[in-house]
Amino acid sequence: MSGFSIYLIFFLIIALNYGIMGLGLNLQWGYTGLFNAGVVGFYAIGAYGAAILVGPDRDYLIGGFDLPWPVAILGGMALAALAALIVGLATLRLREEYLAIATFGIALSLQLVALNFESLTGGANGLVGLPRPLFHLFEDSTTYNLFFLGLVIVILGIVWFGLELAVRSPWGRLLRAVREDESAARSLGKNITLIRLQVFVLGCSLIGLSGGLYVAFIGFVSPTDFLPLLTFQVWAMLIVGGSGNNAGAVLGAVVVWALWTMSGLAISRVAPVELQSQAGAIQVMLIGLLIVAMLIFRPRGLIGEKTGGS
Amino acid sequence: MLQAIADGFMSGAIIALGAIGLTLTMGILRFANFAHAELVTAGAYIALAVLWLTGAFMGPIGPFSFGIPMLLAMVVAMAGTSVLALTIDHLVFRRLRDRSGHMTLVFGSFGVSLVVRMIILLIFGGAATYYSNELQIAMRVVPGLRIMPDQLFVLGLTVVIVVALHFFLQRTRLGLSMRALAENPELTRVNGVDTNRVIRWTWIIGASLATIAGVFYGLTIQLRPEIGFHLILPLFAAAILGGTGNVIGAVIGGLIVGMAESLSVLFIPAGYKLAVPFLILLLVLYLKPTGLFSGSAGGAK
Amino acid sequence: MSEVLLRVTDLVAGYRPDLPILHGINLHVGAGEMVTIVGPNGAGKSTLIKAVAGLLTITGGHVEAMGHDITKVPTEKLGEAGIAYVPQVANVFTTLTIDENLRLGAAALDRPLAARRIEEAYQRFPALKSHRNHKARALSGGQRQMLAFARSLLCAPRLLMLDEPSAGLSPLIVQEVFTELRALMKSGLTILMVEQNVKAALAISDRTYVFAEGQNRIDGTSEELTQNQEIRAIYFGNAGAGNSASGDS
Ligand SMILES: Nc1ncnc2c1ncn2[C@@H]1O[C@H](COP(=O)(O)OP(=O)(O)OP(=O)(O)O)[C@@H](O)[C@H]1O
Ligand SMILES: [Mg+2]
Repeated sequence: MSGFSIYLIFFLIIALNYGIMGLGLNLQWGYTGLFNAGVVGFYAIGAYGAAILVGPDRDYLIGGFDLPWPVAILGGMALAALAALIVGLATLRLREEYLAIATFGIALSLQLVALNFESLTGGANGLVGLPRPLFHLFEDSTTYNLFFLGLVIVILGIVWFGLELAVRSPWGRLLRAVREDESAARSLGKNITLIRLQVFVLGCSLIGLSGGLYVAFIGFVSPTDFLPLLTFQVWAMLIVGGSGNNAGAVLGAVVVWALWTMSGLAISRVAPVELQSQAGAIQVMLIGLLIVAMLIFRPRGLIGEKTGGS
Repeated sequence: MLQAIADGFMSGAIIALGAIGLTLTMGILRFANFAHAELVTAGAYIALAVLWLTGAFMGPIGPFSFGIPMLLAMVVAMAGTSVLALTIDHLVFRRLRDRSGHMTLVFGSFGVSLVVRMIILLIFGGAATYYSNELQIAMRVVPGLRIMPDQLFVLGLTVVIVVALHFFLQRTRLGLSMRALAENPELTRVNGVDTNRVIRWTWIIGASLATIAGVFYGLTIQLRPEIGFHLILPLFAAAILGGTGNVIGAVIGGLIVGMAESLSVLFIPAGYKLAVPFLILLLVLYLKPTGLFSGSAGGAK
Repeated sequence: MSEVLLRVTDLVAGYRPDLPILHGINLHVGAGEMVTIVGPNGAGKSTLIKAVAGLLTITGGHVEAMGHDITKVPTEKLGEAGIAYVPQVANVFTTLTIDENLRLGAAALDRPLAARRIEEAYQRFPALKSHRNHKARALSGGQRQMLAFARSLLCAPRLLMLDEPSAGLSPLIVQEVFTELRALMKSGLTILMVEQNVKAALAISDRTYVFAEGQNRIDGTSEELTQNQEIRAIYFGNAGAGNSASGDS
């Protein structure tokens, strides 16, 4: 296989895994209008949770339960759901922005836990040497990556299909009502807070799922993979692709991740060494600009919400 | 212990100044502005830039580490940060305010915060800097408590600002209009108040106080491009704790948050200090989401 | 014919540009008249008043006041155009004191004039003066309505627009409010008022417009409408029972 297609496989695994995260976020923002400013926190819980459950027993660590991957990833999702529940119960009955503030806070706090709770998370070094699922069945890492890409696509497909079913169900049709006109939804006799809580927890566990898959793919976790920037990147993906549309969420993940990696590549090739850090800052700034510009000029993204209601 | 309390007061005063502007914007412009804390950073760095240009002229006054140029720089930076805030409002928030739900504003401010932070990083670099390299001698007030003259100055000025702001909100027409706008924008316009003008002044006041907070931060700690990022949570915690829209509440909230952060290191590892505002926030939201002093201007919903 | 203070022509307006609520309203108010608008809930009565007040997106037609086109005049300039508006709900600032409510209402005037007008308002409504440093939240419904009137008069308007001034008040207080309105009329003010209670509206006003589904369906002098079969069928069949308060919240 050519170097390019090897890279392409790698790229797609990461991008489509972000797509899963984007679907979770789309459920929250696109369909229900919940602003999650701490995406990276729930992603990190899914990742660390899975790593702790799947990892080999080591005496200097609290974790290391040697559990099989599917269980570990589900465990990570459950932990992400639990964190979502704590934040959601505190905020979802209040003014909408309180959720944004609290999610921002939990992400920051979790970052501190990842860095400082060394006997659980391995601190700055993270948890390394995790067994990768079914790795022994493959001869080389290229075929393994191909397999993993298939796995991510299948899981993405399942999540997508499940969400499409959910948003078309009577429950799903309520979401738009919750987003657009709270009082109308309430007058239907529905418990708005409960619906929001369900959406928020479900969305966060999907974000956790994507965290678990990421760890399964790379075989280790470390705090540097969970910087606040990731939250901005995932938001850029969703807003570029088009919120309120699952296809948009996935498309945005691929497009923005491609732009990001290509611009990173271009910087490392073109920018002189002494200006690399400035170039990096410009790259990050562009993510912010992209978010703001999309909100102002093209709030529906590349492919926005299907029905022209709003 | 005593030292921790004194330090808590200090950082509490800085948080309070930032939180006043935030609580005003939350009450009057009606959205949680994630970019507000970046105004603190911007103010601190604009003052640094002005100082570079003018600072060589005069030495420090009395026991303080700074002199007239620092104060001048601060005033210029207040104007500069106000212009920055008004520009952001004009380019971004005004457009989003005119047509979409208010969570889109929150989202927009989230993006703006990243842009501002990166611009500062680009211009000034990522390394920590100081306004002055002179070492200041701390005064021993009582055994076990050392305070730097700068810190006393900061506390004093904070008190003056809060009193002045309170007077402004209670007595002046503009202050009255701000409180009215926080309660009911439509009725405020019906009363003949030019709300755009009031909004502009809200930004100017918020940005100026943020600048003062940033300069004080730079004076008593150091300057880093992440000042604002690390202040986002403490500012929100202080504003919500004090009751959204409530200026005095924000000040008390700021002091509580600063004090709690400072005292926390006596009980938990210092690495978790930054999570303290989040815990306070969760506690408030669970127990009393309207804050300690709700209702004085533009309640929680 | 006497001077026309307000003329609304083919007005199309709503809360969103793509979703008009009013589909071509035509009405006029002559100097010294009291004109009421009646109609079922959701007919667009409040929307018309808000559109004239400049609070909504106007996508068609125009509004003229005292001979000037005010279609695009922003709400905050309404006072200068000689119009005052008292909204249907939330018509005072509950977190401000009564004095502050009045000072805000006079904020567009220069200070001595503002002080004089506020003093006049207190003379007209003595009950307000005795509570001047209380928060308006502490006022009763009738007192709030009086405060709202007092505030709206500070800029010496020629035309006063009132949205259901009797909503939510007890019959006795409604009488007081209407007495006050008559007194205002005597002093030369022109009034355009929305009123749920059709009987009361016809009794007090010179002319009445009946709104339904964003259009003005019927209009005429109060005597004409009292005789109108359609009106009798719609309103005096069921709504004739008396002072049913508005269903709005
Ligand atoms: N703020 C708003 N945003 C969107 N639509 C609105 C708003 N306020 C009212 N509407 C809609 O506009 C239509 C007309 O409402 P309006 O308030 O003008 O009725 P009204 O005649 O004053 O009735 P009422 O007697 O209940 O006061 C209704 O269909 C209503 O749902
Ligand atoms: Mg109405």
